[in-house]
Amino acid sequence: MIRIFSYVVMLLLVGAIRAEDADQFRGAGGLGVSAEKNLPTHWSAAKNLRWKAALPGKGLSNPVVAGGRVYVTATGAYKQKREVVLCFDAKTGKKLWERQVWATGTTLCHPKTNMAAPTPITDGERVYALFATGDLVAYDKDGDLAWYRSLVGDYPTLGNNVGMAASPTIWNDLLILCMENAGESFAVGIDKNTGENRWRIARPRGINWVSPIVIRNQGQAEVLLQGPTGIDAHDPLTGKKKWSAPGIRQGAYASTTFGDGVVFAPSSKFTALRPGQGKQEPKVLWQSIKLRPGYCSPVVQGGLVYVVNGGGIVNCADARTGYILWTHRAKQGSYTASPMLADGKLFVLNEAGVTTVMQTGREANVLAENRIDDTFLASPVASGGAIFLRSDGALYCIGATK
Amino acid sequence: MYRMFACAFVWILFVGAAPAQEVASLLLRIKAVGREGVGNVDAARAWKELVAKGPGVMPDILTGMDDANPVAVNWLRGAVEAIHDRAVKGGRAIPADKLEAFLKDTRHAGRSRRLAYECLVRLDPKTPERLLPKMLDDPGSELRRDAVAVKLNYGLRTAFTDGEAQRQYFQDLLRYARDNDQVNTITKELKKTGLDVDLTAQFGFVTRWLLVGPFDNVKGVGFNNAYPPEKAFDVKSVFVGKDGDQVKWKDYTVVTKAGPIDLKKVGLVDLNDAFGKLKGAVVYGYAAIESRLERPVELRAGSNNAVRMYLNGKEIYFREEYHHGFDMDQHVGKGVLKAGRNEILIKVCQNEQTESWAQLWSFQLRVCDALGGAAPVTNVTPKVN
Repeated sequence: MIRIFSYVVMLLLVGAIRAEDADQFRGAGGLGVSAEKNLPTHWSAAKNLRWKAALPGKGLSNPVVAGGRVYVTATGAYKQKREVVLCFDAKTGKKLWERQVWATGTTLCHPKTNMAAPTPITDGERVYALFATGDLVAYDKDGDLAWYRSLVGDYPTLGNNVGMAASPTIWNDLLILCMENAGESFAVGIDKNTGENRWRIARPRGINWVSPIVIRNQGQAEVLLQGPTGIDAHDPLTGKKKWSAPGIRQGAYASTTFGDGVVFAPSSKFTALRPGQGKQEPKVLWQSIKLRPGYCSPVVQGGLVYVVNGGGIVNCADARTGYILWTHRAKQGSYTASPMLADGKLFVLNEAGVTTVMQTGREANVLAENRIDDTFLASPVASGGAIFLRSDGALYCIGATK
Repeated sequence: MYRMFACAFVWILFVGAAPAQEVASLLLRIKAVGREGVGNVDAARAWKELVAKGPGVMPDILTGMDDANPVAVNWLRGAVEAIHDRAVKGGRAIPADKLEAFLKDTRHAGRSRRLAYECLVRLDPKTPERLLPKMLDDPGSELRRDAVAVKLNYGLRTAFTDGEAQRQYFQDLLRYARDNDQVNTITKELKKTGLDVDLTAQFGFVTRWLLVGPFDNVKGVGFNNAYPPEKAFDVKSVFVGKDGDQVKWKDYTVVTKAGPIDLKKVGLVDLNDAFGKLKGAVVYGYAAIESRLERPVELRAGSNNAVRMYLNGKEIYFREEYHHGFDMDQHVGKGVLKAGRNEILIKVCQNEQTESWAQLWSFQLRVCDALGGAAPVTNVTPKVN
């Protein structure tokens, strides 16, 4: 009995101290919503900055955190001909290792983006880094190479000259990528242990930076692939199509999100969609032309959907009806990073380094405006009671310092 | 004496434990990685065994990179990085002398030598100032770039009192520079001394062309349609073009002023200027060049349009992408020039987009070596008139 009690206490303690991993684009679950608590509301370069680490190059990718390690990708060398994966100690910011690959695909891109645009993903044991060149590499947590692939080597026409940015996601043992581009376009399920293809399906040719997400629809996992031609749901294990919403013409930037069984899709009209089920077609619940997000992916929680546009207009709408409850103009500037929702707060970061912290809810309530003078295009994530921000040249860990 | 003994012991410990045949076998297994991850499982096993052998095999891995394909090169790069990290953490010796000997042997590939150099820099941060000044003419692009950067930065920091000395310094440096940004900076410095650099010659742009068109590319049909100019060249040919019109080769010569200029404008053939602002159209550019020797060569083009490039009738590059940006050298085709006359053909397709930013229809093309230095060729393109 004492032994069982000890196990229970131990499990509770482990659960209590375990930091939530921020394992992929937009953090745990890939939806911009974190279960982290006790995150700081106020910070600056002098306050609540746990550590800052220099990065060797730019990246739009957000850091990913697991097992006390922070992984981040960056560009390197002349014309971005090198791609860099770095690992830092989450507590101290000490660099644990750095690895590079020579780019095998085109590195030409729009000045807004770069080759380290897709966010890496980690399962805690390995980090999987995809670059806009089509280079895909897996390292274990100590920096040992698990496998490497050149997707341009495999599919030579892959690539476009404005850059690619869709981040990978993981379902079970599969790494799922959506590679829509000017050349051969496809989605692929890759065995994360070996780097071999398990399935590959054709996708529309064209520019699309929207990252796939995995949702639970009636208890079944579905991966949503979104593009200019609509939304398609596939079985993540086989790639088999389950349903489509072709009428939802998707913008090519912001990603879809999911909450309370509803898909929220930035498109020509922001759309709330009940997923298809069996033979039942997906159903549009509501659409709004006022909730267009630009680059920033929306977040949803507690029956409310929050959308930030490129100029920093924050809209909060009722997730059931689309009715806009409030609008707030955040600090003037350009907004590229997706907002993060955690600890009852909405964190909205602009390119100049100003984070507007708002209380979540049916009324607009600004709690703080925090500035760090640097250039930020990557989305914030939270783990271990800290917020991780990535600028063009540095990685910041923000949390209570005492 | 003690030191010699210790060195011998270390050598036996690190290298003696890894028979060359075994290492060669591991390298072969890694280099066998194929398309779509085929061979990854065995390569990953071999990778672990190779890394476990320690720093003594670093020169073998670097040598193995010389003839590896780009995929295997990155696998092997990871092995060198991992071995280096483990050796540093474990206090094991890295064979710096062998790495330096490898670096200095220019028969090895530029990338493997570069990696050897980076290992040396990690061991001794003063390596660049010791080695780079002698690498201005290095056959590896990254090493050469860094060597040029050192001398360029020194020149930019120097307050020259003698204009002639300043000109000589940067003229000398221009012989070694290959990357656009460095050439641009040098060109601007030379301009200050009164010298305009001929960037057309510096980069090897083709300036004298024969052009023919338009052929049909409505709905993109032309990109994969091999029109008659792709089959044989005769300057007197008459073709049936778009809309049934007769089209013939016509002369086109690009004149670019010397001196600092946007490199995207050097050697630029503006097809809107030559043919009018057509949509859904294909034009071919033909040039004949003469080379004294057989030599590997790169045809590097910049174009906002879909392009195909041919060298002596053989297609060496294609890309069907429209209006996603223009950059010098964005399209690279590799081939071999034969001694004597060679024929270059470029197909440039315009689509039917109507946006203001989708109207460019142009190309620039240069003939260069793998580093980007102008190939020594003579333009012998015939003239129609």
